[in-house]
Amino acid sequence: MTHTVFVIFGGIAIVSALLCITRRSPVASALWLVVTLFALAAMFVLLDAQFIAALQVLVYAGAIMVLFLFVIMLLNLGRPGPTDIKGPLGLGVAVALAGAMLFLLRPLGQAALPTSIQLPPGSVAALQQQRGIVGAVANPLFDAYLIPFEIASVLLLAAIVGAVVLAKRKL
Amino acid sequence: MLLNDALVISAILFTLGVAGVLLRRNAIVIFMCVELMLNAVNLTFVALAQTIGVGGQVFVFFVMAVAAAEAAVGLAIILAVYRHKQSVSLQNMNLLKDG
Amino acid sequence: MTGTAVDLIWLAPAFALLGFVLNGAVAFVRPNAKTVVSIIGAGVLLAAFAVAMVVFRAFVGLHPDEPLIYRYWSWIPVGTLQVDFAFQVDQLSLVMLMVITSVGSLIHLFSVGYMKEDPGYARYFAYLNLFVFFMLVLVLGASFPVMFVGWEGVGLCSYLLIGFWYSDAANANAGRKAFIMNRIGDFGFMVAMFMIFWSVGSLDFDTVFAHAPMALAPGGAAITAITLFLFLGCTGKSAQIPLYTWLPDAMAGPTPVSALIHAATMVTAGVYLVARCNLLFAMAPISSAVVAGVGALTALFAATIALKQWDIKKVLAYSTISQLGYMFLAVGTGAIAGGIFHLATHAFFKALLFLGSGSVIFALHRAYHHTHSHEDAQDMRNMGGLARYMPWTATVMWIASLAISGIPPLAGFFSKDEILAAAHARGHVEPVWFVFWGLGLLAALLTAFYMTRLMIYTFYGPNRTGEKEQPSLHEAPWIMTGPLVVLALLTVTGGLLNVPELYHGNAWLHHWLEPVTQSGAALIPVVPLSPSAEWLLVGIAVVTAIVGIVGAWRLLKPEALVPARSAPEERGFARVLRNKWYVDEIYDALFVRPLVWFSRVVLWQEIDQRIVDAAAVNGAARGARALGWANRWLQTGQVGTYVAVFVVGVLLVLWRALS
Repeated sequence: MTHTVFVIFGGIAIVSALLCITRRSPVASALWLVVTLFALAAMFVLLDAQFIAALQVLVYAGAIMVLFLFVIMLLNLGRPGPTDIKGPLGLGVAVALAGAMLFLLRPLGQAALPTSIQLPPGSVAALQQQRGIVGAVANPLFDAYLIPFEIASVLLLAAIVGAVVLAKRKL
Repeated sequence: MLLNDALVISAILFTLGVAGVLLRRNAIVIFMCVELMLNAVNLTFVALAQTIGVGGQVFVFFVMAVAAAEAAVGLAIILAVYRHKQSVSLQNMNLLKDG
Repeated sequence: MTGTAVDLIWLAPAFALLGFVLNGAVAFVRPNAKTVVSIIGAGVLLAAFAVAMVVFRAFVGLHPDEPLIYRYWSWIPVGTLQVDFAFQVDQLSLVMLMVITSVGSLIHLFSVGYMKEDPGYARYFAYLNLFVFFMLVLVLGASFPVMFVGWEGVGLCSYLLIGFWYSDAANANAGRKAFIMNRIGDFGFMVAMFMIFWSVGSLDFDTVFAHAPMALAPGGAAITAITLFLFLGCTGKSAQIPLYTWLPDAMAGPTPVSALIHAATMVTAGVYLVARCNLLFAMAPISSAVVAGVGALTALFAATIALKQWDIKKVLAYSTISQLGYMFLAVGTGAIAGGIFHLATHAFFKALLFLGSGSVIFALHRAYHHTHSHEDAQDMRNMGGLARYMPWTATVMWIASLAISGIPPLAGFFSKDEILAAAHARGHVEPVWFVFWGLGLLAALLTAFYMTRLMIYTFYGPNRTGEKEQPSLHEAPWIMTGPLVVLALLTVTGGLLNVPELYHGNAWLHHWLEPVTQSGAALIPVVPLSPSAEWLLVGIAVVTAIVGIVGAWRLLKPEALVPARSAPEERGFARVLRNKWYVDEIYDALFVRPLVWFSRVVLWQEIDQRIVDAAAVNGAARGARALGWANRWLQTGQVGTYVAVFVVGVLLVLWRALS
């Protein structure tokens, strides 16, 4: 049951991603990307990552994509203009390289992790039982991953400053 | 079993993102395809987290934080470029070419 | 370390090297400081001689059974090859050491007077000291490579000193000729060294001579090849056929240089080499025959050329080549002591002859200088009757002439006689040696003849130098004549070194060298001659010498000579002898011209210009340009291109990672 739903949502994600990269209008591309993000969030839920799913919707779809749309509107690129997609040569190159990449990545379908690093099935769920859904992710953040956590906040600070400086009309 | 499916879907999404970067001329759309690639990788991490440990989910957390920072700065750059070139088409960003 | 004075052996070459450094410094800083240079230059040689005497006495007192080897540092430790910079003090090297330092000191003293007016005085003594240093390294070396260092070094100093007056192109060419012909010989030496290392695994003398009989089959191809290659080196260094033509040209250098390098010491290095390797030569009878044969043939050949030379130094040069031939005849026959004996006595009387001729040339030079004449001061046709003006020089040169002709009881008689007797004795076992003996005897006849000719034309008969020059002709200063007298004394008494048992002598040198020669002597067929046979040979030799001298006295008419400028050209066979049997011309046609042609046409035009310049150098430039042009297409400046290339790179990484 879960498996079928998972595959359905996967299909939705793939189709909307395909549509995203082929639309002429940037706004349309952005909106199709949002659909992809939502499908991914659903898949996260099915993979016992409910907190991450919520974050995906809140942060990715809710903040980052909104920012994208802001900028598109700001630059008045909303209307479908002359085609944005590269000519036959570029198309050929893109298809060829993408095809090569898919071909190279096909072993992932049969990949099996070595048993030595595998945890017993359901251990994440058990952890979530124990600490709560948010706690399962939050606890390591303040525990084993404290330093990356702090660095990430510095990074965000730098990004804020950088964005403000770069986007000013006059420096 | 969910793992292998997730990996396949993630690979396809990633490839689509690469194709998008190679296919489009609009800088913003290319950026969106990059975000698509990041999400494909997020899917991989979360899928593996089920088997290997909750660290995968923590890492997705960080990826999202970085993606947010990166989106902010990247779009600011595109804005700055637009102010000079009046266009976000990749064809016009050719200052590296020196005759 | 023996704890005796023998340990001081390193001081001898060290003094010479010090002389080179100090004199070289003076040559740069203050070239006119002649007194300082004289003191240093001659002083270090006398110091080296003193060291030699002290070491000799200590060695005699010690009498060790094995050679004393002093290893100073590890020079070439590479894999299985271990060569140390080491000196070997044994009976043979001590004899050479004494000869070099004694004759060398006398020649240095002579040079103080002879080169007094020369602007390159300090440079001269620097080079001369350096030469003595290398010569001592050569004879004291304990292994082939160390000896080779000395071998090359003396070749270098010979080049520097032959071309001492380099502003005259002819002198520079003579120096170059000497060096290049020596290199041909050195090639032989090196190949022999490689072969020795290949078969025996070591290059130290003691190890090689201990293992050679086991490692190499006596009479086999390997040992014959090794010894023949060694002998090739000797023909170069010691001016034997075929590599002798540089020595007459080397007379372009100052006369004391000719005396020291091209008579007494450097050219004897080849004889020393064969003596040192006598075991190897004894193991290869074919090579020994070649050595003896070439020596005998050269002795005769050079003597014929000397008969018709007019330059006094050229006569002596060919005489040196001839006497070296005798030494090789000796060591080829296995009479090592005889060869070394002749080496020592020859050093005495040949140095005396050269220095004496130097005095003569000095006097003529001075005379011509006074009258601003440009006549050749070395041509015998410009001399004559000088005995009146230079009695001391004439006397000592007579002593040397008689010695070289082999008149008893002077030194040359004993040494030359021993060589001829050994050759004759070997003839009873291997008949070809009779031929060698015959050649040697004929050469002795010619030697007596041309030496007497030299004396007659130079010192007797009417004087042809010129009316205006005559008053300026007189004896050289004492600093020059003094060493001549000392050398004359050595010539007279030198025979005492090795008086054979025939005359109830003690054959001192023979017994002294036995530890070095016995291993080789055991392999050689020795035929003892009966005393009557020996006396007969002595008689034949003395009669030959007297015939030569008297014949020259009778046949030659100094009154018929004309000064060089107006002398007529020779005709017929005399012309062939005068032009040295045209050997230089033959070599030029056979070797020099083809080589120059090859270098110019093939190597220069074809290879250098076409292949290296055009194809390789310019081709590389063109290739780089083409690569650059190709790369331009990658640098489009378009982000899209860069992204595509980026993705290609990622695919490559993925491919490697996943396969």
